[in-house]
Amino acid sequence: MTRMSERWQHRLLLWPLPAVLLLCYVLPFAGIAVWSVTLPEPGMANYARLATDGAIHAVLWRTLYLCATVGVLALLLAFLMAYCWLYSSPGWQRWVELCVFLPFWISVLVRTFGWLIALRSNGLVNGWLEALGVIDSPLALTRNSLGVVIAMVHFMVPFAFFPLVSSMRQIDDRVLLAARGLGASRLRVFVSIFLPQTLPGLLGAFIMVFVFCLGFFVIPAILGGGQTVMAAEYVFLQMFQTYNWGIGAAICMLMLVLVSGLVWILLRFSRVERLVG
Amino acid sequence: MNIYRAGWLAKLLALVTMGFLMLPLIAVIPVSFTGKRYLSMPEGDWSLRHYATLLSSPEWLGSLLHSSVVAVCAALLATLLATAFVIAIWYRSSAWTRWLIGLCMLPLIVPPVVSAMVLYFMTTRISRIAPGLGYDSLPGVILAHTLLIVPFGVINMLVAISRIDRRIELASRNLGASMWQTTWMVILPNLRLAMVTTFLLCFVLSWEEIAVTLFITSWEVVTLPRQIWGGLRDNVDPVVAAISTLLIGIVLLLLLTRMAVNSWRDARRPG
Repeated sequence: MTRMSERWQHRLLLWPLPAVLLLCYVLPFAGIAVWSVTLPEPGMANYARLATDGAIHAVLWRTLYLCATVGVLALLLAFLMAYCWLYSSPGWQRWVELCVFLPFWISVLVRTFGWLIALRSNGLVNGWLEALGVIDSPLALTRNSLGVVIAMVHFMVPFAFFPLVSSMRQIDDRVLLAARGLGASRLRVFVSIFLPQTLPGLLGAFIMVFVFCLGFFVIPAILGGGQTVMAAEYVFLQMFQTYNWGIGAAICMLMLVLVSGLVWILLRFSRVERLVG
Repeated sequence: MNIYRAGWLAKLLALVTMGFLMLPLIAVIPVSFTGKRYLSMPEGDWSLRHYATLLSSPEWLGSLLHSSVVAVCAALLATLLATAFVIAIWYRSSAWTRWLIGLCMLPLIVPPVVSAMVLYFMTTRISRIAPGLGYDSLPGVILAHTLLIVPFGVINMLVAISRIDRRIELASRNLGASMWQTTWMVILPNLRLAMVTTFLLCFVLSWEEIAVTLFITSWEVVTLPRQIWGGLRDNVDPVVAAISTLLIGIVLLLLLTRMAVNSWRDARRPG
């Protein structure tokens, strides 16, 4: 009986996953890169169109603008939740956890559907606002970018919550207590002591949320109602409705460049292990 | 445990945020009990007809079956691949290790729509050789999901394996066990729990996957999210509300159970 050498045993453990990824993910990726310069005909026509086509520019700017808006808002809410989770009694903590984890584990489709119902012209939110006398006629909350932003913020809050909690945990709360003891108001403690220490965590969480938002597809497609087409939905339409695979591939390449840049910033300026740990 | 406490303003704003986070989930529930055929609030005529449709329609039941098969297989594959990989880099790391981990994280970092296009390319290429294994087939979807969820598996397993005491490997090797024996008899038993949690995480991720699935299936393989998508795109079907309510109920039940177990454990712990 021949025993496999140690070296081969190690290789047999190590290589299956990278091999599958190389073969089924990286190699096809090269195919997409080739599509972007060969479909419909060889040349740089797709990239030229990317640089000049006003409709595509509108989609790309809208995507960046919405992602930035969503990033800021989601960060704000997640910051609030993380702050209250960290500095409250165990009872409170449990409620905060439930409200963050429950949406987190529920499918994006179900949540989008929930917002569709809540934001409809005869939905919950409009009903409440009318009952309170704030508005006379229903607001248009779906089929525009407002609904998309609301649902995307909702989706992103848990994703921003976890990295923020782990970065806030590093802060020594005795410093905050000392500042209070020396007579600083809560607001002052928050602005001058707490906030500066969370800035690296905030930057990291913002980039994470921004990158996640870029590829968003389901929420704009359902809540935007064709009015708020973002890059991902645009690619989908190019592929399966106009069969213009080349331009779809070119947009994918552009998104990838953008994401690589952002991830590079993330790795460079923010301690990733703190964000996931 | 922190002694510093958040002020009332922060707590009030947090309460509003908590309401915001729960709002879409709460909005779904009453709609699922409407007696009407279209999407509406029940307003008096409560009925279970949409639940009945859900449980009797071959389309919905078929999508549940497809999703279950895909999620179980993909989660199993992802867990096994991630575990083997993580054990290997834990044994011996080299200059390559960082790059290999980076490679494994790719599907997580790359925007889903780019992944979708890449996997569309991959499955259609496989279809040219073996039509039953590529585009719009169960094995194709399973492979695509495995690639998408494997980064989460690797992260989860990396965290777990970093907690293992390195000396148990040394002890096992010193006692004459081969790498194979050490893996099976020493390392894997220590990773059992982590493998279960990795499997569950991967299962949920595959179960919910929609963006890539839309690109790589047409009508042979209809997973549950794809079926819901169909019900959302055209005239919104109230059956979607019924399945949504069921999914929310299951997650809520699991979370509450976990919270109850945790607080029971905290109460038992001395001190």
